[in-house]
Amino acid sequence: MKSWIAFWNILKKDVKSYYLKPPNISWGIIFPLSWTLMQLIRSPGGSILELLPGLISMSVLFGTTSMLAVTITFERSGRSFERLLLAPISISIMVLAKIAGTVLFGIFNAFVPVIFASFFIDFSMVNWGLLLFAVLMIATTSALMGLLIAVSAEQVFEAQTFSNFFRFPMLFLCGLFIPISSLPVFLRPLSYCLPLTYGTDILKGAITGTNILSPLLSFGMLPVFEVALFFICRHNINRKWIL
Amino acid sequence: MAMVSVTNLKKTYGNFTAVDNISFEIEKGEIFGFLGPNGAGKTSTINMIIGLSRPTSGEITVDGIDVKQQTKKAQAIMGIVPDESNLYNEMDGFDNLCFCAALYGMRKEEREPKARQLLEQFRLKDAGKRPFKAYSKGMRRKLTIAAALIHSPQVLFLDEPTTGIDVESSRQIRDMILELKKKGTTIFFTTHYIEEAERICDRIAFIAEGQIVASGTVSQLMESVSHGHAIRFVIDKNAESSVAELKTHFKENEVTTSPDNSLVMVSDQRIPLFPVMEFFHDREIGVYEAREIRPSLEDVFVKLTGIESSVLKKDREKRGC
Ligand SMILES: Nc1ncnc2c1ncn2[C@@H]1O[C@H](COP(=O)(O)OP(=O)(O)O)[C@@H](O)[C@H]1O
Ligand SMILES: [Mg+2]
Repeated sequence: MKSWIAFWNILKKDVKSYYLKPPNISWGIIFPLSWTLMQLIRSPGGSILELLPGLISMSVLFGTTSMLAVTITFERSGRSFERLLLAPISISIMVLAKIAGTVLFGIFNAFVPVIFASFFIDFSMVNWGLLLFAVLMIATTSALMGLLIAVSAEQVFEAQTFSNFFRFPMLFLCGLFIPISSLPVFLRPLSYCLPLTYGTDILKGAITGTNILSPLLSFGMLPVFEVALFFICRHNINRKWIL
Repeated sequence: MAMVSVTNLKKTYGNFTAVDNISFEIEKGEIFGFLGPNGAGKTSTINMIIGLSRPTSGEITVDGIDVKQQTKKAQAIMGIVPDESNLYNEMDGFDNLCFCAALYGMRKEEREPKARQLLEQFRLKDAGKRPFKAYSKGMRRKLTIAAALIHSPQVLFLDEPTTGIDVESSRQIRDMILELKKKGTTIFFTTHYIEEAERICDRIAFIAEGQIVASGTVSQLMESVSHGHAIRFVIDKNAESSVAELKTHFKENEVTTSPDNSLVMVSDQRIPLFPVMEFFHDREIGVYEAREIRPSLEDVFVKLTGIESSVLKKDREKRGC
């Protein structure tokens, strides 16, 4: 019960102080809009539906990874983060609470393009359950990666840089823009080590039915990534933040 | 049983030993002070006790709880005021206190009245609605202390609570520490203000270069370097003229004079006043003052640590911007 009170209040505070701030909200709206516009201008007549999985993935990825990395690094540099380490709650609860805010923000970002798209296209084919699952999985794995970055970064700009360092290669390797089958052979194994690859594949399946991987594989791999990342984060926090 | 017990605690960073095999105990309800210059290892010690840093070796228990084994259980009864005021800048005073209370699992019905009461107690009631970033240094410090008290901890750790703070806030903080002691809270605090340690601590440990050089009550520390007994007399004639005669009269005492009609007698034994007064009376010399001179805690500190008190003062100026 006590841990739950702490969990809930950490989440509430983060949402209020970071995620509901105008610059972040507007980022979640402007980014998908401009990306869609860019794609439509580049290839007029392109289907918004086909753009949607990529758009959702990117919105989530960009919203979560750097968000968590930056907010945590920010709290660490102001030392308020010590309060969370000193609170009588387990590191796991604390990590979950920090991630929960980002995941919610990621889900919000994911649905911005969906809502815009709903004005133009027919969604009757979309499997919403699958879509939500994929968004949730992309958001949690990205948030955990953001946390891993936060553990390595000392300063806010480092957190930003590291985030980009991971994000862009991931986008190119995950099969969104370049099909994995067209990647150089030596890069392909790397693609299969990225949670994003599985997440976007489920998204494609849910929206346009064009998934390449077996759904069973994707469904199996994502929780494995989650659990692994969670424990790596916890271990690193214990090692690096408790000196 | 001691509230805080530290045994052979050691912390090294690479080859550098910041805390070198220290042991001490703090009794329940006691105010225990760590007095030492910058870099002595005060913060390193506190951080190990509160579980923010891992000891290289040594044992720590708080209220009988092994901090290394059951860190979270021990943290639940600790209040912690770090050396920097570290609340959330964007949140107001009241929300900051409520958030800290929530971290300790306090419900809304408990934490809100407690937050209001603390704001009142620390004279921050009006500031409660302003964001933390708009606070002055002294206010920031007070709110940080209030945040440490929100869950009514049994033991409070304060790392240099008054460094760099205005005089009035410092006074309020000291009064608050004494007030908490009355309510039975155990208090461990660090400082490099000698007078402050002397004024509020039940026991003090001098720490230098990671080691406890001496510890005890103020009077125990004083006695540990006792230079015997000294009494200063202020008289109405030039003291110089009576010295020679005094010396022959009171052979066992050492007598020195100063130009301002005063003289000092030093002896290994306590000095009975009456014979001296009689001596002056017989010679029609008026005595206006006879006062025991005690070494100050500062003298004792300098003598025991070999650190000039100016070093402490310099730290103070540097940090007390
Ligand atoms: N994380 C760290 N890495 C390396 N050295 C450190 C670290 N923390 C403290 N020190 C060193 O340990 C010594 C004691 O520091 P500290 O405990 O902060 O002293 P105090 O609080 O008494 O001023 C200092 O010389 C300081 O430079
Ligand atoms: Mg210090």
